[in-house]
Amino acid sequence: MTEVSSDIETVVESSRLPRRLKDEVYETIAARGVTAEEATAITDAVEDRYLDTRIDPLDPVGTVSAQSIGEPGTQMTMNTFHYAGVAEIDVTQGLPRLIELVDARKTPDTPMMTVHLEDEYAEDREKAHEVVWDLEATKILALGDISTNVADMLVRVDLNEGTLAERWPTVGDVEEVAIEIADIIEDSLGVDTARDGMVIEFGPEQPSYRDLFRLVEQLRDVTFKGIEDVTRVVIRKEQLADGREEFVLYTEGSAFGDALEIEGVDASRTTCNNIHEIFRVLGVEAARETIIEETMNTLEEQGLDDVNVRHLMLVADIMTNDGTIQSIGRHGISGSKDSVLARAAFEVTVNHLLDAAVNGEIDDLNGVTENVIVGKPIKLGTGDVDLRMGATSREGRPAEGDAESESEAQAD
Amino acid sequence: MTDQTPKEIGSVSFGLMDPETYREISATKVITADTYDDDGYPIDMGLMDPRLGVIDPGLECRTCGKHSGSCNGHFGHIELAAPVIHVGFAKLMRRLLRGTCRECSRLLLTEEQMDEFRSRLVRTRQLGDDPQDVLKAAIRQARKTSRCPYCASEQYEVKHEKPTTYYEVQDVLVGDYSEKMARAMQPDSEDEDDQGTSPQQLAEGAGIDLSRINEIMSGEFRPRPDDRQAIEEVLDVDLTEEDMNKLMPSDIRDWFEDVPNEDLEVLGIDAESSRPEWMVLTVLPVPPVTARPSITLDNGQRSEDDLTHKLVDIIRINQRFMENREAGAPQLIIEDLWELLQYHVTTFMDNEISGTPPARHRSGRPLKTLSQRLKGKEGRFRGSLSGKRVNFSARTVISPDPTLSLNEVGVPERVASEMTQTMNVSPRNVEDARRYVSNGPTGHPGANYVQRPDGRRLKVTEKNCEELAEKVQPGWEVNRHLVDGDIVIFNRQPSLHRMSIMAHEVVVMPYHTFRLNTTVCPPYNADFDGDEMNMHALQNEEARAEARVLMRVQEQILSPRFGENIIGAIQDHISGTYLLTHENPQFNETQALDLLRATQVDELPAPDGADEDGNAYWTGRTVFSELLPDDLDLEFTSSAGDTVLIEDGRLIEGTVDEDAVGAFGGEVVDRVIKTDGSTRARVLINEVAALAMRAIMHFGFSLGIDDESIPDAAEEQIDEAIDNAYDRVEELITTYDNGDLESLPGRTVDETLEMKIMQTLGKARDSAGDIAEDHFADDNPAVIMAESGARGSLLNLTQMAACVGQQAVRGERINRGYEDRTLSHYKPNDLSAEAHGFVEHSYRGGLNPQEFFFHAMGGREGLVDTAVRTSKSGYLQRRLINALSELEAQYDGTVRDTRDTIVQFEFGEDGTSPVQVSSDEDNAVDVDAIADRVLEAEFDAEAEREEFVAATRPTNLSERADDRGASRDPQPAADAAAGQVNDDD
Repeated sequence: MTEVSSDIETVVESSRLPRRLKDEVYETIAARGVTAEEATAITDAVEDRYLDTRIDPLDPVGTVSAQSIGEPGTQMTMNTFHYAGVAEIDVTQGLPRLIELVDARKTPDTPMMTVHLEDEYAEDREKAHEVVWDLEATKILALGDISTNVADMLVRVDLNEGTLAERWPTVGDVEEVAIEIADIIEDSLGVDTARDGMVIEFGPEQPSYRDLFRLVEQLRDVTFKGIEDVTRVVIRKEQLADGREEFVLYTEGSAFGDALEIEGVDASRTTCNNIHEIFRVLGVEAARETIIEETMNTLEEQGLDDVNVRHLMLVADIMTNDGTIQSIGRHGISGSKDSVLARAAFEVTVNHLLDAAVNGEIDDLNGVTENVIVGKPIKLGTGDVDLRMGATSREGRPAEGDAESESEAQAD
Repeated sequence: MTDQTPKEIGSVSFGLMDPETYREISATKVITADTYDDDGYPIDMGLMDPRLGVIDPGLECRTCGKHSGSCNGHFGHIELAAPVIHVGFAKLMRRLLRGTCRECSRLLLTEEQMDEFRSRLVRTRQLGDDPQDVLKAAIRQARKTSRCPYCASEQYEVKHEKPTTYYEVQDVLVGDYSEKMARAMQPDSEDEDDQGTSPQQLAEGAGIDLSRINEIMSGEFRPRPDDRQAIEEVLDVDLTEEDMNKLMPSDIRDWFEDVPNEDLEVLGIDAESSRPEWMVLTVLPVPPVTARPSITLDNGQRSEDDLTHKLVDIIRINQRFMENREAGAPQLIIEDLWELLQYHVTTFMDNEISGTPPARHRSGRPLKTLSQRLKGKEGRFRGSLSGKRVNFSARTVISPDPTLSLNEVGVPERVASEMTQTMNVSPRNVEDARRYVSNGPTGHPGANYVQRPDGRRLKVTEKNCEELAEKVQPGWEVNRHLVDGDIVIFNRQPSLHRMSIMAHEVVVMPYHTFRLNTTVCPPYNADFDGDEMNMHALQNEEARAEARVLMRVQEQILSPRFGENIIGAIQDHISGTYLLTHENPQFNETQALDLLRATQVDELPAPDGADEDGNAYWTGRTVFSELLPDDLDLEFTSSAGDTVLIEDGRLIEGTVDEDAVGAFGGEVVDRVIKTDGSTRARVLINEVAALAMRAIMHFGFSLGIDDESIPDAAEEQIDEAIDNAYDRVEELITTYDNGDLESLPGRTVDETLEMKIMQTLGKARDSAGDIAEDHFADDNPAVIMAESGARGSLLNLTQMAACVGQQAVRGERINRGYEDRTLSHYKPNDLSAEAHGFVEHSYRGGLNPQEFFFHAMGGREGLVDTAVRTSKSGYLQRRLINALSELEAQYDGTVRDTRDTIVQFEFGEDGTSPVQVSSDEDNAVDVDAIADRVLEAEFDAEAEREEFVAATRPTNLSERADDRGASRDPQPAADAAAGQVNDDD
């Protein structure tokens, strides 16, 4: 803390500024060495500006935020596929993506992860590739050729030594890898394999064409290395804020929890565009952060980056308010409102009324929609204050009864 | 004045109604399926019984004695001959049938299980979750129980046939069981190893006496269920069949009557308000006549409401049912009629049930019954309760009027004399009131109605106006016409944000359109190609005050979306200020005064210099500076690219264009409104617009086709550039054909080729544009507009003058059409640029037919996109608003919903208003800048200092209060009226 005289301190401390601004005022005052009078003037001016920029009490911030996100929606494109920074990976963009986020879909249309790497993994291309192979699902077609020997009822896999060495960089001997592959085939297909060097052969128990081809089909789906859901990984060199360069991986398909386990992955910076996955792995606060981040990115991509983040925060906060992710709409927030009338006025009118009857619900008419329906002023903005005009007598004394014009907020 | 105390609805409770209650509240029993008799009078105990309320004028309601209009109507009832099921509860009834005992009607759960669900229900209610989920879980649990834990009777499966039929499924022995067994015991003729089964083997296998087996085999004895199972196992035959026993509504009603209240409580059913047996109807309420009014057609025929038609059907069948039952008709006929009655009651409730043919009108149109009335956008909830039609509103076409202030709206006289404002006559305004009344309803400003203190309303007519004017006394109310200075609400749909509904001050004008200042087009998103807008005249002082303080256009200049001004100069205003300031032209005194004549400035500053002839001149920047507040200091980069420097309210250098004064965040406007307040900003915007209009008229500004033409040499250069690109595309195609093209990572070769061709052609268009641009002078109007940000871009210019470029559908070159080719003009599998929608010509030069076609394809995609987008984003907006509408910032800075759940502890994490602070600003309060300002300022007097520190801004509630406004006012009468508005509150 910078040194300031106690006079100034009393002035600043008695202002209505938050801690952050008070400290800033101290700093400024100390840096300029001003008189007490000037300091008071500065404090007053700062306080004035601060109060000016505060949100007004009773402001219907929800509606304003909803409008501020909904209105630019009309200017967005419907064009689904476009490139998000990385030209190689298609990501849903624009209005469809915004709808997807607000809907809180279980899986996004195009799941993806941005994987940041740690220390040497981030700097060394070889090391970065190790992580790539741990992430990307390796299927048999990438490892070698499959052929069927109909005469002997055998499926023959010719592994490519080079590929194996490339994809299993940590394993010294290619033979070992081949053994591992054979084991995986045995486990997942339930067949016995015969291995000779880079060639693995196996067939159905009983000779049958159908079984033979079924085996080939199944073999194609087996994941030998990496994460099943990650179909493709793109590696890119990116510049950090401090000028250093590092490798960043972008994946098509996501498995956030699994990806964080992989050695070399920097769990503190790695993200994923599936809010539910983030929620499962990192919790609800991280999910909230992701909703803000993802909506902001979607808007930015459409050139609508002027939308204030505070609106997005409010949306994210209401979506995560109960500790889980709720969607915006019939199945989420709107469907779980207290008021029967509000729910009925949104969607599936009749069912809500019938259920309300069976459960003997009582609508206390606290919200907005239901008060519009019954024709009462809503409890927002100017409807939330009661203004009583005090009749002041000529002498300036309050007239009988409770006097003095006062404004009071309706507590409930 | 009414004597009644106003009532307020405190809460609304929902529940089912007891048939007894129905009978009690019923005004009459309805037994006749007819409405009116031959004389046109409603039939007693018919569907239009006068006890159910009246709709025809002149008749008196036999229940409440009121006349049509004041009688709300009264319910009647129909005694149903047999109970029927309420369709809405069919699903719940199925659940209850499955979850309760068929004998004792107890819930099929043990006490412990019930307790568990009871506590779960409490928890669910506390969390605000859906209690239906608990009910579902409880029923699922109960269904697993095959024997009642209370009366030990066996439970059977209940089958539900939609919509309203229930069966009890019991397993019974098939009729031909002995034959089936015998067949199964025969040896299989095809399989030699199979010896068949002898009765002895069967007896041993199943553990039944051999004699009993023999009895069973001969058909003398029916095996008991466990024996049957054993036999089935040994012989591998199916001896059971399902017996469907239909549950009649009366059975269900008896069943439900015995369900104890405590058991229902476990399911979350509130037995107090809704007993399950009430879901089976024995009495049908008949809605009041007022809810189903009949219409008299032109030919005197009556046309009944859909609900009445349905009720007629119900009563007819009900009658027939009773007659048949009394006559002792066979069960089959009774059941048929019962089903028919059920159908009619079902469709009376809901006529859109899947699997049931909808009841139709004679014309074939499906009837609109109860649930259809409530549902959907035009239904009762969304169409009549959440949104209502209003009086005192007007709608007409809008047109521009640059002489109006942005706070004003030009209202046609016809509208102004239809919309009225209530004047409470007092000694102070009695003279005005009399003048309004004496002008009558046709003369403007006149009055349409007066109300005497005793509550009588009198219509002011041409004839009685003079006479009435004499009588007007303090204490009367006069509904006077709108006059200049009244506040009204103005709106353009779609109302996507709060700036779509703003308050304007009225300026009554001739002709028939609403007039707007062009600067308010951006918030309304309006243009003048036929747009219509709505106006609402406010009817009480509170509303008028709120509109004036909160909703006036000048209070909405800042958009909460991005925290900068959304109102500002647009289009020609920007071209105007650009022309005025870009090259800083010089004006002589007459010209300078002419430029400023539409503003408040009435004196020119010191001239900037003198020309050769010794005449004083003023520069464009000097003229513009006259509009700025004296203490404005600002530096930023304009869209034209130069640095704009404003010191002490003087534009030192730079071009004033979109970035300075434009809508959507013009720096000058934004700064002025944030430091000097909305009134000053309104004045600035008005005057900038006015000055810009004079400026653009001074210079003259037009755009014609020749403004886009370029010299032949340039044309040739462009052709060459495009030819080069074609060559490069050809090269790419050859390498691709030879298989030499290397694919980009993660792309196929085909995709790579497409991407590269697109890239090459994109570059070709850009270079063509660059060439064209070089040949345009800086004073080219299209260039001026693009550079100043007024309208259009350099891309538009390129397309007009040089080359339209690649047309795309779904982000790719055009690939659709015929097999392997886009049009029959090209060879199959032609990959060249022109065969896939590259338009090498310019709009000015003209497109060839193929190009035109491709261009139309691209254009069509855009149209489809907009059409799809509007509906999608509209729904998104509705959902967002619905979910967030209850949130409100509180005095403590938290954001809570209306049930006081905290959603944010501090709005936007720092409590900063999105209106006052621009989105791209990092810190809302810049302490350093404030300190600078405070320390630099010097004051002559303490008062001035105080004013400076406190930054108090003069409140301005009416534009009419401005000196300028008043002096300009043509009508003294209107002036007085405007004054009255302010005096009164």
